[in-house]
Parts: sequence; C-alpha cells; structure tokens
Amino acid sequence: MSIDAKIPAGPLDKKWSSYKNTAKIISPANKRKFKIIIVGSGLAGASAAATLGEQGFNVECFCYQDSPRRAHSIAAQGGINAAKNYQNDGDSTFRLFYDTIKGGDFRAREANVYRLAEVSANIIDQCVAQGVPFAREYGGLLANRSFGGAQVSRTFYARGQTGQQLLIGAYQGLEAQVAAGTVKMYSRTEMLDLVLVDGHAKGIIVRDMVTGEIRAHAADTVLLCTGGYGNVFYLSTNAKGCNVTATYRAYKKGAYFANPCYTQIHPTCIPVSGDYQSKLTLMSESLRNDGRVWVPKRKEDCGKAPSEIPEDARDYYLERKYPSYGNLAPRDISSRSAKEVCDEGRGVGPGGLGVYLDFGDAIKRLGQKVVAERYGNLFEMYENITGESAYERPMRIFPAVHYTMGGLWVDYNLMSNIPGLHVLGEANFSDHGANRLGASALMQGLADGYFVIPYTIGDYLNTQFGKAKPDVNSAPFQDALAAVKARTSQLLSIKGSRTVDSFHRELGHIMWDNCGMARTKESLTEALDKIPKLREEFWKNVNVLGKGETLNQSLEKAGRVADFLEFGELLCRDALQRNESCGGHFRSEYQTPDGEALRDDEHYAHVACWKFEGENATPTRLEEPLSYETVKLATRSYK
Amino acid sequence: MSASSATSTAGIPIHEALCRWVFSSIGKKTIVAVTGILLVLFVTGHMLGNFTIYFGPDLINSYAKHLRDLGPFLWVIRLGLLAVVFLHIFFTMLLWKENATARPQKYAVGDPIKTTVFARTMRLTGLIVLAFVIFHLGHFTLLIFNPSWAHLDTELHGETVHDVYRMVVLGFSNPVVSAFYIISLGLLAFHLSHGIGSLFQTLGLTTRKMRPVYEAVARVYAWALFVGYSSIPISILIFGLGKNTIK
Amino acid sequence: MNFTLRVWRQDGPTTSGRFEEYPAKNIPDEASFLEMLDIVNEELEKAGKESVQFDHDCREGICGMCSLTINGVPHGPGRGTTCQLYMRKFQDGDVITIEPFRVGAFPIIRDLAVNRTALDKVIQAGGFITARTGSAPDANSVPIPKVIADESMDAAACIGCGACAAACPNSSAMLFVSAKAAHLGLLPQGKPENERRTVRMVRTMDEIGFGNCSNYYACEAVCPAGISASFIARLNRQYTSAAAREAVGATTI
Repeated sequence: MSIDAKIPAGPLDKKWSSYKNTAKIISPANKRKFKIIIVGSGLAGASAAATLGEQGFNVECFCYQDSPRRAHSIAAQGGINAAKNYQNDGDSTFRLFYDTIKGGDFRAREANVYRLAEVSANIIDQCVAQGVPFAREYGGLLANRSFGGAQVSRTFYARGQTGQQLLIGAYQGLEAQVAAGTVKMYSRTEMLDLVLVDGHAKGIIVRDMVTGEIRAHAADTVLLCTGGYGNVFYLSTNAKGCNVTATYRAYKKGAYFANPCYTQIHPTCIPVSGDYQSKLTLMSESLRNDGRVWVPKRKEDCGKAPSEIPEDARDYYLERKYPSYGNLAPRDISSRSAKEVCDEGRGVGPGGLGVYLDFGDAIKRLGQKVVAERYGNLFEMYENITGESAYERPMRIFPAVHYTMGGLWVDYNLMSNIPGLHVLGEANFSDHGANRLGASALMQGLADGYFVIPYTIGDYLNTQFGKAKPDVNSAPFQDALAAVKARTSQLLSIKGSRTVDSFHRELGHIMWDNCGMARTKESLTEALDKIPKLREEFWKNVNVLGKGETLNQSLEKAGRVADFLEFGELLCRDALQRNESCGGHFRSEYQTPDGEALRDDEHYAHVACWKFEGENATPTRLEEPLSYETVKLATRSYK
Repeated sequence: MSASSATSTAGIPIHEALCRWVFSSIGKKTIVAVTGILLVLFVTGHMLGNFTIYFGPDLINSYAKHLRDLGPFLWVIRLGLLAVVFLHIFFTMLLWKENATARPQKYAVGDPIKTTVFARTMRLTGLIVLAFVIFHLGHFTLLIFNPSWAHLDTELHGETVHDVYRMVVLGFSNPVVSAFYIISLGLLAFHLSHGIGSLFQTLGLTTRKMRPVYEAVARVYAWALFVGYSSIPISILIFGLGKNTIK
Repeated sequence: MNFTLRVWRQDGPTTSGRFEEYPAKNIPDEASFLEMLDIVNEELEKAGKESVQFDHDCREGICGMCSLTINGVPHGPGRGTTCQLYMRKFQDGDVITIEPFRVGAFPIIRDLAVNRTALDKVIQAGGFITARTGSAPDANSVPIPKVIADESMDAAACIGCGACAAACPNSSAMLFVSAKAAHLGLLPQGKPENERRTVRMVRTMDEIGFGNCSNYYACEAVCPAGISASFIARLNRQYTSAAAREAVGATTI
C-alpha cells in the first residue's frame, strides 16, 4: 500500500511558493458556505480558527478548558525560532531547515520542514502586528537569543512566557472572530469521537462537560489541533487535561498514527519527590546556558551534601562527553546521559533520580546579581516547589516527558489519510522527526494554523462543492452518538474498586520503566504484556462515581485513561518495531560503542504509519519512505 | 459619502454620550472623586477660616461678617456645596448598591487581604461624618440647640456684629460637644486617609512609583486636618482659650 | 502532615451549597495544594463519595485555570496560583476552608468550579489588535522603545484567572480589564483601536455585572502575575478621555 504525501514537485526552496501559486482558491462567497470544525484552541487551533474565521469560513472551535486561552501551549517558556537573521549571524531559511532536520535525526519530511522554516519569519511579523510584546533591545528592535543548542541566535522570546504571549495573541484573534460572528466557541466541551460520512471526516461527537450532554456537530471538514500524548506516561510536563482521545479516536476511525514512539524527554525538570506527585515541572532549558551539570564520580558520595564533594570528585559528564556542546547538548542526548549516570547509581536526591545543575561557577564568574537577573524567576519557582535555594546549593534536575513528535499522519496539505481530516500542531507527526529542537514547537503550531492550513484547506474543500451537507440526524452521526453514550454509561456502571488515577499511575509506571528514555526488546515485550492486562482490569474494576449529567471530572479522566490504555500499547508496539535508535527513541540494543544513538537509515528511513484493524486485532504497520533530495543523511554528532 | 459612514462620524448625541459616561463604573467613580476634591478644598478652607480664632475675637468676627456680607453669593456657595455633597453621596450609594449585587454570596471566611481599615470603612465613616455635619450646621449655623446665641453681639470697628468668637468658645466649653466634634473629625480623617489618596488613582494620575507617595501625602494631609480642627476645642476646653470672654 | 478541610460542595449551578468537612491525612509537605486535594479525592472515592470538583490544568502557574479561595484568599497565602501553593506553607493540624471564587459574574458550575466566560466576553468586546493574517509588515519596521515593550509585557503577563475579581470586595474586574487595555494600548500596533478597545471593554465589563473599583488594591495583592493596579489608573484616564472625545464627536467607538 503506497502512502502519498502529495509533496509538490520542483526544487525544495520553490515547492511552497509554486504550491501557493497553483493552490485552489475558494471565493469569498463560497467560504461562507463551508463549515469547519476545529478541535483544540492551542497555538495551532486558535491561530487556525482566527485565520479561517477572518477569511470568512464558518468555524466552530472546541476546547476542554473553560477558556481557549488556557490551552497548554501557554506553558512554553523559552521562545520561538524564526529565520529572520536579525542578528546578522549567518542564519537563513536553509540553515533553520537543516538544523531542524538534523535535530530530528533525519526522520522528518524535507518538504514540510523547509516550508516551516520558510514561513517562520512571517510568524514573527504576524505576532508583532497583533501585539505580542517580544523582548527588545534598547534601540527598539527585537532581541534574540540562542536556544536549545542552536549556533545562531534566532529565538524570539517574551521573558519566560513566550508560549503564553503567542497563545494570547492567537486567542485574541480568535475572540475577535467570535465577536465578528465567524467563529463559534465551545469551551468545556470535549471531543469523544470522529464521524465519517462515506469515508470523509464530517463531524465529531462531543460531551458538554458542564451539562453532560453528548451531541453531534457536523461540518465540511474537521481540524484536529489537540496536542500531544505525553500524559500516557502519567507524569509529564503536560497539563493534567492533555490527552490522546481526539487523535486516538480518529486513529480508530482509520487515520494513520505515525511514529508514536517518538517521545521527547526534556532534560531539565524538577525531579519526582513522591508517589502523590501529579505532574512534573519544567525548568527552562536556558538554565543550561550558565549552569553546569554534574554527579559525583563515586556512588558513595551521592548521599553527601553537594558542597562536601570536592571538585575532583565531580563528574561533569556532559562537558566530558560532548566537549564542543557541553552542557548545551540537545535534549535527547542530555536526557539520556542523565539516565545513564543515574542507572550507574550516581544519581542524587530522593531515589537517586536526579543530577545537579550547578550555578556555583556562574555566581563566582558573574556575581549573584547577574545570575538573579537572568534566572531569578526560575530560581524562585524552584525554591517554591522544592524548598531549596539554588543560590546556595545546586539545583536537582531530572528528565521528564515533555513533547511527542509522533502524531496522526498528514500529507503536505496537513490532511490525514481520511479525506477531510486535517491535523495541526503537536497532534500531527510532520515536522520534528524523531526529536524536536527547543523553540520549534511554537513555530510549528503557529505555522500550521496561520500560514499553512489557510492555503492547503482549499485543496480538500474544492472537492466538496455540490456535495450534500452532512446531517447530524443521519445514520453515521446517530450511530457514533449511540456508541459514545454507551461507552460513557459503561464507564459509569462498572463500579469497581480502583480509582481512575490509580490505573493511570500504573500505566505511567509501565510506560516510563519500559518505554521511557531507553527501550529494549525485552522491556517493550514486557510492556506489551502488561498493558492489555491492566486495560482488562480497568474495564472490570474501575470506579467512576457520580452521574453523566453534571460536571464529572472522574468520568472525564476515565474516558481519557481508557484511551491511553490502548494507545500505550500502540506506542510500545511502534518502539518495538523500530529496530534502531534515533532522536527521542533510544533502543539500548542499537548504540555505538560510546553509547550514542545508532540509526539504521537503510531500513528505517521511513515514517511508520499504524493502521487500526479492529478491537483486539494487531494494527498494520505501513511505511512512508523518507526520500532526501537536498540534505545528505549524516550521523548526528554534538561532540 | 455613503449614509452609513455619515452616521458613524456623527456618533451618538452628546447628552447620550455624557449619560453613558456618567453612569459607567469609571464615570461614577470620577464624579465621586471630583466632588471629593471640592469637599476637601472646602474642609481645608473652613479650617483655615477657623484658625482666625487664634488671633482674637476681632479677626474671626470680621471673617464671619465678610462671609455674611456676601449675601446672595453666600447662598450660591451654600447650594453648590449642598449639590456637591448630594452628588458625592448619591453616586457612592449607587456604586455601593451595584457592588453589593456583584457578589451575591459572600465568602464564609473573610480576609481583608490588602485593603486598609480606612478603605473598608468609607461608607460608615462617611455617613457618620454626614450626621455630624448636620449636627454641626444645627449647632453653629441654624443655632437649633441654643437659639439665644443669635443675640450674642459685639462691637467691631464701631459696628454691631454677631459674636462668633464667644459662640464658638461657649459651644466647645461643653465637653460632650467637643468630644463628639473631635471623634467626628477623627472619622473624617479616616475617610480622607483613603479618600484623598484614592482620588488620584480614580482620576488616573497615579503611576506605580507615585501611588505610595500620593497615599502617604494624603494620609498626612488627612490627619493634619484632624489636628488642625481638633486644636480649637482642645484649646478652649483644656487650655482655656477665650475663657475670659464668656464669664 | 494532617489537616482538616472545610470544602464548599454544591451539586449544580442552581442548587444551594454547603460546607463539608474532610480529613486530609498523611500529606507530604512537598505536595502542592492541588496534590493534597488529589489525595483527599482518592480517599473520598475509595469511600464511595464523589470527588470534589475543582478546576486545574497546567499545574505550573500559567494557564490560569485553578481557582480556589483558601481561607478567604483567592489562590491562598503567598504570591502565585493555587497550583503553585505547597503544603509546607501550612501548619500541621490547620483547618483549611476552601471556597470557589465568589463573583456574581462567575456562576458556580459545581463544587469549586466556576464559569469565567465573562472574561472572554470582555476580550471579545475589544481586547485584540485587528491584524489580518499575512498582512503584517516586517516585525522590525516599527521600533518600540524597550521601556514601552517591557511595560506592555508587565501587563500582558495577566493569566486571566479572575482572582482579582474574586479578591475584590466589590467583585470588580478592573485589574483584568486594565491589564489588557495597557498591554495592547501601550504598543504602537495597538494605538489605532485604542479608544474603541478601552471604551468597549469597560462597557462590557459593566454590562456583565462586575462591581466597581474602590481602589482597595486587594486585586494586585493576590494577582499571581504581579499586575500593578497602576494600570487601573491608566484605564480610568484613557476611558474618560475616550468617552469625552466620543461625546464631542472627535472619535467614534
């Protein structure tokens, strides 16, 4: 079965412009006639809703939070990349493209990534025009910083709240369209299923989380902008509500799930301190610009206070292993190195799951005042959470699940293999390959929403002229509605003895232990054995109290965890089948003698697409070959 | 030019626009603030006038005579003041009513958070001060309690004038009256401790840096008024100011 | 640590509520306030009681979803959101009263969860800069003095949680509205729509039924984003000037 990514012909740097020149356009009078459903209101969803609404489409936007402004894009701290070359340091569209492809360990699609780099500059223009207060220099021009291991300064930022400011910009655009009447916003509304009519995505089934009403919405096309699935690990830096349900339900309706095993573990998070813990807090990666990462050389020193461990008994392992990048080595590499030293028993803090991020030298070199100016708010946050002052003793950090590169498969138009189903932002798989670079998630979300989908959506909608409008009273909608209602009542009727959270936590342990920073055939096989058993227990023994007709957070969680319990298996299956190490997917069997990821370009330079084959049936793995016309595959080295 | 753009540049009629502003939250507050300024100016002027008592009977009596000689103009001032007081109270009450409905259910556990006792007691202190003002007018202006004070006359530059000096000394020789006066002025100082500083904020004159300065100055000013006003009954009652004139 | 919780329970928007008392036992002092509630909820569910419904999402202090009033203070003691409050701030054995944000414009949905779409309505009224996607000039074409950009950012830091209105004795949302007016109004890009934005947001705020500002400053004391009430002064000034200009026909709103 061949998978057609519909990549335009022509040289890499001309593909997008020639696509736009020949893209099918829908006239203003016809735009009004098309209804578009957008699920999710993060950077991708809000920017798409704002732009499509402004163009005159009839948009319905859904989010599970109480306001679209709360989507988890808001939590991104560091910044957003753009190939503006304002710093005159040699940046260019091609360089941003190449860095992204290389950072993704050569597992992303060239054409998509090039387009991303191309529109990155427009994003900054757009955001400034809508009032995003980016950091500026005294001369009044925009400031940039180097971020996440890039060798040029191309990251635009708004203090440590870049994601918040970009999201608020998009949210305001969205609300302006709500006021204009082109967008209808449904907050506290969760998508529970996708509806297909004659094989095309034509609507969704949602639950109103306040009244409990389960109802159908029909449209000409559906955009899923529902983010990633990091919460399959229970503990992650994602918001508590982030879930896989929308994309997983689409998968079960036939959409391919691509590369689910590509999960990014962020190296600088506050370590876990106990079983009660509900989430992991990210500390901005920028800390690594001045902090030095170390652990004791000898296991015996781990219990000692850090100040009692002399300089020569410390192992600055990132500086030792990667002399040129040092503490700024990319996320996947830093995380894995932390895991290695902890596996050797040299971790610090509770359970030996932590490494030091030491600002002692920086304070000596720059003075406490400068360090406080740069990182004061982060130090404060660290102290608030841990009760320790990072000015006095090194921070303890540990990697945590942060971002998921995998997602629903999409073609160049951001449309999945289901006609009419578009997927944007973190929810799709397209641009980051096996590993995402810092400050690129915001770029992708906004690129997809502001600058890609408004052009590419016409390709599908143009095929829909004259087609009958979907009707929520028709059989496909009513069937899907009945199925969702049945599932909801089933969850409420099990009345077992375990809470939803306890299942989620257990699933998280299985995933983290067996499919976390390092994976082996054995660990994955074990997970694939344990997850179905846990799922079976869930459906027999979960206890969801309350009614379906009110706000019921246990019920919401139960539905999401039920999907995670299926999806976790798919993730492990993908990890097991990818017999190589690349980016965020590290199989211990496949490493170089000095412990680096060993790719297998001959067999795995492709996108793995999983096709649902029915309940309890093994899904089929399809491949979209990745052909590199411009870049040469190289070993990713940061030494 | 199309009809629609013609109407859009004309906007809404001026009286309607003013009405919308006056009855907006910020409009109402602004009226309270502006009337507040006028009242503070009056209270300040009144106090400076009162200070003439320290320079002997002639000065205060001549000051009082000059005021009376204003004739109809005095009534304009009086009615103006009355209107200012009315607006100040009317809009405060309107705000109060709206604020009460904005939180239909109160917190079971209250915490003042950062609100000052001065701010929280504005309505109470304001109403007590109002009661005092009514008493005070009855006491020294309408002479309801001591009608005989209308006949306290004295000689000033060959003219017979009302002896305000003796009236004040007589009035404040009553410890109960003096105590009520001092307490009421204390409450006025309470009221102004929030009120004066607050009006800068309402009129949009504060910045992050200047707000604490305005507030401190306002508080000092409020209590300076208190000291200034209270000095008179205290001087009379305790230090025997003007005792010889009422024997 | 052990605590006694007095929690507001309310079955729905139209029913009346009540306080219920629950023990919170063996709470680690590193737990956050919401994690403490998670533990209590799990115990409740194990005992067959429905869990306490409360809003939360990012749990890192930025999304603005969490909204508890703890012992009379929105977001509880200290600066920051409820999710960034840690149990070590409390004493062992404390009785902790947890109420929803009590603002008429934020009707209770259930237990501690309230509906804050009123804040979205204020934004819809004008809290945006109209900038059609794709029409923007180069980002560096208009230099913005750093001090202006920084002040705008100070205002833009608002997380839209509504604690300002919840803390205000009058349930006034002026801090929220003024922060948005300042964030956009300070920037050159926001100037063309400034008067319209200011007046429309204030009118909408009034229509929704938020109270009036009495300069109590409880709002800025609880604001997790540290928004200064000096933005309220700015809004007062700008609103009055815009309304006056509208009255004399110098501008239209």
